[in-house]
Amino acid sequence: MELLIKNGSVYDPSNGINGDKADISIKDGKIVDKVSSKATVIDAGGRLVMAGGVDAHSHIAGAKVNVGRIMRPEDTRSGIKPRTKLTRPTTGYTVPNVYAMGYRYAQMGYTTVFEAAQAIMKARHTHEELEEIPIIDKGALTLFGSNWPTMDFVREKNMDKLAAYISWGLLASRGFGVKVVNPGGGEMWGFGKNVTSLDDVVPNFDVTPREIIVSLMKANEMLGLPHSVHLHCNNLGKPGNYKTTLASMELADQVKASRDRQVLHVTHLLFNSMGGTNWGDFESKADEVANYLNNHDNVTGDMGQMIFGSATTMTADGPVQYANAKLMHAKWANGDVELEDASGVVPLYYIKQVSVYAIMWATGLELGLLTKDPYKMLLTTDHPNGGPFVNYSEVIALLMSNKKRQEEIKTVHEAVHSKTRLPGIERELDFSEIAIMTRAGTAKVLGLLDTKGHLGVGADADVSIYDIKPDQIDPSVEHAKIKSAFSSAAYTIKGGQVVVKDGQITATPMGRTYWVDARVPEQHTNEMMKDIVKKFKNYYSIQLANYMVQDAYLTHPKVVKAGAIPVEVR
Amino acid sequence: MTVITDALCPFCGCLCDDLTIVVEDNKITDVKQACKLGASKIMGHHRIKAPMMRKDKNSEFKEVSYEEAINEAANILSNSKRPLLYGWASAVCEVHKKGILLAEELGAIIDNTATVCHAPSTLAVHEKGLPSATLGQIKNRADVIVFWGSNPVHAHPRHMGRYSVFAKGLFSEKGRKGRKVIVVDVRKTDTANMADQFVQLEQGSDYLVVSALRAILSGHADVVPESVGGVPKDALSKLVDTLKTGKFVGIFFGMGLTQSKSRYKNIDNAISLVTELNAFTKCVITPMRGHYNVTGFGNVCAWETGFATAVDFARGAPYYNPGETAANDVLLRKETDAAMIIAGDAGAHFPADSVRHLARIPVVQIDPYWNPTTEVANVVIPVAICGVEVEGTAYRMDGVSLRMRKMVEPTHLPDTEVLEKITERVKLLRGE
Ligand code: SF4
Ligand SMILES: [Zn+2]
Repeated sequence: MELLIKNGSVYDPSNGINGDKADISIKDGKIVDKVSSKATVIDAGGRLVMAGGVDAHSHIAGAKVNVGRIMRPEDTRSGIKPRTKLTRPTTGYTVPNVYAMGYRYAQMGYTTVFEAAQAIMKARHTHEELEEIPIIDKGALTLFGSNWPTMDFVREKNMDKLAAYISWGLLASRGFGVKVVNPGGGEMWGFGKNVTSLDDVVPNFDVTPREIIVSLMKANEMLGLPHSVHLHCNNLGKPGNYKTTLASMELADQVKASRDRQVLHVTHLLFNSMGGTNWGDFESKADEVANYLNNHDNVTGDMGQMIFGSATTMTADGPVQYANAKLMHAKWANGDVELEDASGVVPLYYIKQVSVYAIMWATGLELGLLTKDPYKMLLTTDHPNGGPFVNYSEVIALLMSNKKRQEEIKTVHEAVHSKTRLPGIERELDFSEIAIMTRAGTAKVLGLLDTKGHLGVGADADVSIYDIKPDQIDPSVEHAKIKSAFSSAAYTIKGGQVVVKDGQITATPMGRTYWVDARVPEQHTNEMMKDIVKKFKNYYSIQLANYMVQDAYLTHPKVVKAGAIPVEVR
Repeated sequence: MTVITDALCPFCGCLCDDLTIVVEDNKITDVKQACKLGASKIMGHHRIKAPMMRKDKNSEFKEVSYEEAINEAANILSNSKRPLLYGWASAVCEVHKKGILLAEELGAIIDNTATVCHAPSTLAVHEKGLPSATLGQIKNRADVIVFWGSNPVHAHPRHMGRYSVFAKGLFSEKGRKGRKVIVVDVRKTDTANMADQFVQLEQGSDYLVVSALRAILSGHADVVPESVGGVPKDALSKLVDTLKTGKFVGIFFGMGLTQSKSRYKNIDNAISLVTELNAFTKCVITPMRGHYNVTGFGNVCAWETGFATAVDFARGAPYYNPGETAANDVLLRKETDAAMIIAGDAGAHFPADSVRHLARIPVVQIDPYWNPTTEVANVVIPVAICGVEVEGTAYRMDGVSLRMRKMVEPTHLPDTEVLEKITERVKLLRGE
């Protein structure tokens, strides 16, 4: 099967192509040098061509997402479409059903999405859902930040065992990388408590969040994992937390990267760039956080942009969810997982006229605009925490147009003027920068830039074409066109197959599930397993033999090899 | 002889996963670790031998081939204007997926056995959420355990040993000795007999009692009368103290709470109590789900349709409105004109008027066992037993999913295959 995309205005920044007229040749699911004359031709007619979108942080599958659906029938009702000959019914806005997840991402031109958090013990559920999400490639990050074995090995300063545990945990959960949420806090929430600084000692385990983060970063690099540690900082959602965020970022200096990427990715920074001491004097500190990123090359972040309207917050940060529910009198689901982590789900509604929300909205945009290098600030809404992913086009339009921002600013609470710098920021991102924040940058941060996020020879043939002619549009003025084009791709090509045409689904192939097989010396695994066997004998409520995700749940696996044994990877 | 270790029990929502099964000549000869309920199911009984059909509900069943039975099932369902697909709790998730696809194809209503047990809990979750935790959290941390309207001694025999009352863990090395166990119920059950504190309340007064506890907890004891639902105020105050001063409180509720007067409002109120208790200590609440995979159906249905149960596909898109779209709603309104009952027993558990309506309309039963639903069925398709003869996924009462083993070779077709064939046949009949 050959395909030729002609006359595109191509934005492929990691290959140095920025709006050049170029043809893209596709054969057997890959980008190739050239194709034969038999290739099917798509005439892009000067329209915008990019690699398929890559999302490094979105909550698309698993226990939390499903709890969100079950507790929010009112949300399910807001996105209902009947089945067609080709597609299953779709439902929901903030918590779409599995089919809507795949179709809607594809319709936006996205072809690869990573679920941001799964507990090992509940990974089977995550994969049951991932397996039913059509079209897109996907994977899931595995939680390690409050696991008892993690804390034991950190306390014992046994890096070999810690690395072996990560390797085994990724296999057990078929996970792609190391996610750390409110390190130490997940354990403390087991008794309704929390950590409040990097140096609080987690009772009974005698470790601090600082030690957990540093050790996990080191183990991550010992294993040469494609992705770095992916951190949801302590104190999320609390005024004044930017200090904890900066202190956490500084920890990256203690670790050397094993690959050409960051050693620490700090996620949904919007919720961690907060100044002030309470909700009364709350202000944005996005400038401080962006400034840090501008002066350091070992840390990346993503926005977690807020979208006004309905959101369903869901996170392994159990205590923050209890606080949210209490503050907003909202419904509250809690889902602690024995020996591993906490979690909570709370629906919220972000209102423009509420000062706190207006400031948070502006904070996200400040992060996107004040961070100079777009490779360091990925575009996310932390779906569905900041808002649903279907609003990425709104975020793109805001980043590309100061005019649109100024129009919006007029409609939100006036606190954005005194508590944020957004009104004075004139920067407008260009198509290359957007392509980095949504493609090349995300792929690089994930360690997948060999095959994802670009259009060079050898890349997966994931391509999106948008109905804009970059040389004929002024995004600053015509921001409505930008938004509409990015919300509904003219073409989405996944693995060489046209899956979306004119915003409509045309095919529903199954995507692959990425997971990382990271090898460690066998004796390290054997040593580590002695501890794990004890944990199951004494503490887990299930048997070790039933713990690991079986092959049956990965019908389309894509294994990425890493590990301490093939040292050449490092 | 083969010995299967760490096998799962396909009976109750505890989903015990530590069973040892001895198999000789494709027959299970011994089941270790399971309770009587689980062992009896695994050892097997009363199988329907072959597919059966009958002309009308008064004639005798005649054995037929799978093909005939499946074709007749497809005829019945595709001729129906308002089909109902009900049951699902005693089948693995792989079966649920096929069922939802068939429901889409037919424009049917799909509902599960929760409708007669924990569906009110789902309504309460819509209102309030659900502060919960995995059972291992209870095992390792809980020092106060409450069973409200639930009787694990009989319904979930190994719950107390594995997860709650007697379980030992990191912060609960003393097991039973380190725990306070409270039972709230209308009668002194066998579970109540082993509790430290038994709160006996009058039938139907759960809502009042929860409200009184909330009032006392929030410092408004003054508005609480001397006795609520037959419980003296002193006992209520004592209970609040126990809850407040626990380090980790685990509340388990059963049908005594979901199916008594006020139904979902009871759970709604109880969840509020739990949320409020978290201002003082850690407290979580978990429904004691009955069938081993009733929780699984709610999960599969939610991720596929967005709704956990009672989904109506008549409009092509999922529509959910319990009170209108649950199995008994459509049966009592006599709207249903054909039903497929699978892995659940409507005949035994539905209100008499619903069963009467089932007796009037064509009914397809898919089940390994002869049960009261068979009495109202026109077509009976026996299937392999999930979790004994077929592997697949099940969700424990706390939402932890596990993979069930195949212990012996099946003697019958699996549900998934039967459903696939019915779906294919329905498509054919509808000219697709
Ligand atoms: S308690 Fe339930 S799951 Fe466990 S063995 Fe008994 S019936 Fe089976
Ligand atoms: Zn997130």
